[in-house]
Amino acid sequence: MANVKKAIKISQKHLLGIQDLSISDVNYILSEAKQFISLNKSKNKKLDILRGKTQINLFFEPSTRTQSSFELAGKRLGADVMSMNLNNSAIKKGETLIDTAMTLNAMHPDIIVVRHQDSGASNLLSQKVKCAVLNAGDGRREHPTQALLDALTIIDRKEKIEGLRIAICGDIVHSRVARSNIYLLNMLGAEVNIIAPSNLMPKNIDKLGVNSFSDMEKGLKDCDIVMMLRLQNERMTSSFLSSNREYYEYYGLTPDKLEFAKDDALIMHPGPMNRGIEIDTRLADDINKSVIKEQVELGVAVRMACLKIFCE
Amino acid sequence: MKKKYFLNANIIDPLNSIEEIGGLIVDENGKIEAVGKKVNTNNIPSREKYIDLKEKYIIPGIVDMRVFVGEPGFEYKENFRTLSEAALSGGVTSVVTLPNTDPVIDNVSIVDFLKRRGRDKAKINIFPTASLTKNLEGTNMTEFGLLQEKGIVAFTDGYKTIQNTRLMSRIMRSAYDLNCLVMQHVEDSELAKDGMVNDGIISTKLGLQGISELAEKIIIERDLTLLEEFNCRYHISQISSQKSLDVIKKRKDDVNFTCGVSINNLSLNENDIGDFRTFLKLSPPLRTEEDRESLIKGINNNLIDVIVSDHKPEDEEQKRLTFAQASTGASGIETLLPLALELFHNGSVKLSKIIKTLTCNPAKILKISKGNLNIGNDADFCILDINKPWVVKKENFISKSKNTSIDDRKLQGKITNTFVKGEELFKI
Repeated sequence: MANVKKAIKISQKHLLGIQDLSISDVNYILSEAKQFISLNKSKNKKLDILRGKTQINLFFEPSTRTQSSFELAGKRLGADVMSMNLNNSAIKKGETLIDTAMTLNAMHPDIIVVRHQDSGASNLLSQKVKCAVLNAGDGRREHPTQALLDALTIIDRKEKIEGLRIAICGDIVHSRVARSNIYLLNMLGAEVNIIAPSNLMPKNIDKLGVNSFSDMEKGLKDCDIVMMLRLQNERMTSSFLSSNREYYEYYGLTPDKLEFAKDDALIMHPGPMNRGIEIDTRLADDINKSVIKEQVELGVAVRMACLKIFCE
Repeated sequence: MKKKYFLNANIIDPLNSIEEIGGLIVDENGKIEAVGKKVNTNNIPSREKYIDLKEKYIIPGIVDMRVFVGEPGFEYKENFRTLSEAALSGGVTSVVTLPNTDPVIDNVSIVDFLKRRGRDKAKINIFPTASLTKNLEGTNMTEFGLLQEKGIVAFTDGYKTIQNTRLMSRIMRSAYDLNCLVMQHVEDSELAKDGMVNDGIISTKLGLQGISELAEKIIIERDLTLLEEFNCRYHISQISSQKSLDVIKKRKDDVNFTCGVSINNLSLNENDIGDFRTFLKLSPPLRTEEDRESLIKGINNNLIDVIVSDHKPEDEEQKRLTFAQASTGASGIETLLPLALELFHNGSVKLSKIIKTLTCNPAKILKISKGNLNIGNDADFCILDINKPWVVKKENFISKSKNTSIDDRKLQGKITNTFVKGEELFKI
């Protein structure tokens, strides 16, 4: 079933960001991903679509879920997958990103999945290698597969995205997930509310076509989806907040605050979660409200679709 | 040296308010003997040859107030010889060099070395600055008086700002006593920390740490407040935003100071950074189009006195990195004038005003007798073909480093000949 050739082609050689995609690109990726959902639940999960292809996962930043998700996705499609964690090897020896790229390029991979702590790193890499590059997160800029899996999760539960009111809440300034989601959800016709304390709100965010709030009650009003983000303490070089305790008080998602959203609102989180800081642990585990596990599950399907499409 | 005669030129000498068709005579000693409309064939002995410039322009040699030369320590980026060649091709005959070399220009003995190297290797006039603080550390003052006696024209910590207000007040007091020029790079380091681009929609979209325009404004306001009290010679190296101009406008009447701007901030805006173009990672950062337009107005309203190239040669390796890791700055001494002429060709600034900000204005601030066509002065001047179209190509750069911020830009106007002390050192 997944072998059916589609007439639609993707407009880009690389997947660097949602910003570069057209709406038909997005629909194509999502429709391909849907086909893999049931496969991932079946007993025999192995396909041979990417047999003979080489996938390199190049992770300059520690990652558990994204890296394992990409690894599993590649393996299920039959690709030879090599994962490299570079946060403590070549870079420490003074090798630049471009040197690393040239070295890998000489090994003729078919696709490189890259995560890097600097915004724009995947763009730079894509200019220097011959194969396709999939961005698995670059600095604060974009994390396109996360946004795509979030969209797939929403569609899976709410059937559509158009017309929904979706709140993205938390550490927006440091978040590539927020940026990719803003672009994608806007493209698919949602109304996007951004909620964050002023210190964690990027400048001129309104110009991206969203409503911004520093107050949870106003921002969550009548929302269909509440997407919570992790406080990225590792990216905070100076004091942004007084304490986690105060943050939880005003911006942590609690049952009380969830009342402001619609009754059937769903809770999302890209993980890893800081329980008791941005989200109440009961809500995180509430199977009626939280779709956090589903996000992880559909993440593999979305990444399979991306690998398949961009490997071709 | 033989006498040289140039006739039928458009002569622009803002210091002497000359803007007329005329000639120029260089005497045997390389000094200017005569200039202006009175110089014609009648002044020239019949057997002497003269050059008919056919209405090309003669302008004083440019004085570039902000140039980095890699000697000592960074010779691989730029040395005196390569800097001279690049400068001459752009009509620049005098440069003010920054002290952030390795070692830092912060003591008398290194100035002796620098002057020797400059004299032996540079074909243009080198006016070195020394640092305000020892090793650019922002803690202890350098010996302003002794350094000035050795020929230092101004004091600056280069790309660093004096953050400590008490130290800044003491620097100003000393500079007042010794009649020294203080040049400040205006940026609050804490506010600008880790910043790479203007804080705004571009920094939000690209996911890069922004530098607020307030970081610049705050230091300007602080320094002008101190200056009101201590009144030394003070120059703001470069400004980048409308907010800074607003402060300058407010204070211009009650405090004495001068101000510069980089040609980059006059010609580019934050949108030009596009897809992480590291060659446009600059300090101060490129800001919005409204900021750029206000800076042009600032020149027209005499709020900005000087245009500089902010020449910062960086080898390719320092730019072929992610935006966060790439070094800051652009090589620009050879394109300073042609790029500034864009403002003339598009009707934003009058030609004489542009030349003024590149020649006699910086010379006046520095108190050096350059940047003019005064009779008896060294004949430092250049000939300009003002309409000549050409395209900037980094591979054609003469500077040792090719990190231009305006690769592929179509420009109009090119220097065809440059003279220093009457000697033709560049010819197209």
